[in-house]
Amino acid sequence: MHAMNRALHAEMAADEDVLLLGEDVGVGASGVTSGLLPRFGRERVLDTPLSEQAFTSFGTGAAMMGKKPVIEFQISTLIYLVFEQIVNQAHKFSLMTGGQVSVPVTYLVAGSGSRSGWAGQHSDSPYSLLAQAGIKTVVPGTPADAYGLFRSAIRDPDPVAVFAPSALLESTAVPDSGAEEIVPLGEANVLREGGDLTVVAVGQHVGTALEVADSLSDRVDIEIVDPRTVYPFDWDCLRKSVNKTGRLVVIDDSNRMCGLGAEIVATAAEEFDLVAPPRRVCRPDGTVIPYALALDKALVPGPEQLMQAISATLKL
Amino acid sequence: MTREHQMALYRSMKLIREFEERCLDMAIAGEIIGGIHPYIGQEAVAVGVCSQLTERDFITSTHRGHGHVLAKGADPRRLLAELLGTLEGFNKGRGGSMHAADMKLGILGANGIVGAGGAIGSGAAWVAKARGNSEVVVSFFGDGAMSQGVLLEAFNLAAIWSLPILFVCENNMYATSLKLESGLAGSAARRAEGFGMVARTVDGMDVEAVADVTGELIQRCREGKGPAFLECSTYRFFGHHSVLELLGVEFRDPDEVVRWRERDPIVALGAKLGDDVVAEIDEAVKGTIDEAVEFAKNAPSPDPKDALMYLYSGTAAVRPGVIL
Repeated sequence: MHAMNRALHAEMAADEDVLLLGEDVGVGASGVTSGLLPRFGRERVLDTPLSEQAFTSFGTGAAMMGKKPVIEFQISTLIYLVFEQIVNQAHKFSLMTGGQVSVPVTYLVAGSGSRSGWAGQHSDSPYSLLAQAGIKTVVPGTPADAYGLFRSAIRDPDPVAVFAPSALLESTAVPDSGAEEIVPLGEANVLREGGDLTVVAVGQHVGTALEVADSLSDRVDIEIVDPRTVYPFDWDCLRKSVNKTGRLVVIDDSNRMCGLGAEIVATAAEEFDLVAPPRRVCRPDGTVIPYALALDKALVPGPEQLMQAISATLKL
Repeated sequence: MTREHQMALYRSMKLIREFEERCLDMAIAGEIIGGIHPYIGQEAVAVGVCSQLTERDFITSTHRGHGHVLAKGADPRRLLAELLGTLEGFNKGRGGSMHAADMKLGILGANGIVGAGGAIGSGAAWVAKARGNSEVVVSFFGDGAMSQGVLLEAFNLAAIWSLPILFVCENNMYATSLKLESGLAGSAARRAEGFGMVARTVDGMDVEAVADVTGELIQRCREGKGPAFLECSTYRFFGHHSVLELLGVEFRDPDEVVRWRERDPIVALGAKLGDDVVAEIDEAVKGTIDEAVEFAKNAPSPDPKDALMYLYSGTAAVRPGVIL
């Protein structure tokens, strides 16, 4: 959260065309937006009414006039409400106009996935939907990547969606190192090298995968690839890893059907040199997160399922 | 209004009419693929409104957008070249009828989704206001769009932020086939007043009246007095789109169509100008459209290998549909 807040401060200071708009951004209700109104004023920090569809396309109009709006959604599922405005409007303008216009908007989802106790309508991770539609989409798994990817997203000439996993926003497990390096879009990161099996871990599951890999380190040598940008995906990095290890397990907070994990596994099956069937650890088909904590946790992927998938793939 | 001004309005309306009649023929003949939503009958709205704009002002257009785009000054040759899917089109053949727009003229897209332009226009108006040089945005939409929530949200944004935008509702009494009274509670202009906007209604078949009232409302916008709303009563002489025309689907009372056709805005203004002037302008317009047809038919087609060109303004590796 602090890393993303620093990224927004830095980018707004660096480029006066960068605007921030959304609900409660003035008071910085999400934490990511705090301190921006006092510093940059009402000309650049717009508190909007609860009109997600209009303010999303408002951002498109401002972008067509040369601004670089950052639009914050405090609830991940508001993306469903503005699917038309992002996918059918902002995203399509470049091609439909024959390249006459670009729409450099950043959609910031400051809290994606389960927040433990927020139930059915506040707990989804809809990044696979945007990736499927061709929206440049990033899901950082560390504070340094959150900082660096967010800045790249704002600078990119196309619409970019940034999903900050709730589990990380609220976590202090991974300390904010204060790193201030730009992380380019579309470049994966090999967080741990290993020769026996590749784990692709997305968002908060980067931490999960590191934990599991360490716990198994006396028996297997696991390589962890964090895609960071889920679309466009860094297939070259993954290809190199899987062709080395021959085994693949993906852990991702999407639903099983047509989720990001499905695409990664399908691509590996089509193109990579596998010695064992690839596996996914993800949410069940069509998940609706129930309220009770035990039910919530039963549906969100975690270290136990990852451990089981790794063991099954390696026939441990 | 001076005679020169009237002649300019007449010429612009006639250009749209001639363009659209030719397009309708070409669409029905299959030369224009997909279909078009002809602007025929509504010319006085686009022409009257755009006569009050400068090149530095902006518009958002609609699925029935050829009239707006031409009235804003777009070259008919390149508009027709777009409808024929060629590289000489404004959108290099990537947009077609519902998206054809010359963005250099301040046209912020013609939009295929009803009511979508209002919020985009509001964002543009916010930037125009921040620039502080009196530019305004006009957002065109039909009566059907008054049932879209996002448009009403846009009215609210424009009002609370006092944006320089004129919302122009072209009330042609039908949302595709649904009659106005079956689809709209209250009235469009009264709804706009509910947002604290100045709202006016005008006879959309009288181009001079449209131009006059638009002039007053645009002046308010330029002076920083916030958004305004103009409801123009008008009528489309043909059906919703060319495919319905081709199929012979007509859901309107034939007498109603005849009554509105008798109020043709081009004929009405032509009567004031006299037969000689009209004949001269009509001849010139016909020549312009003949030339546009010639130009568009000879324009080169895009290469299929470039089908996803312009998908991104920046870079992104896109994988093909089949990987072998």
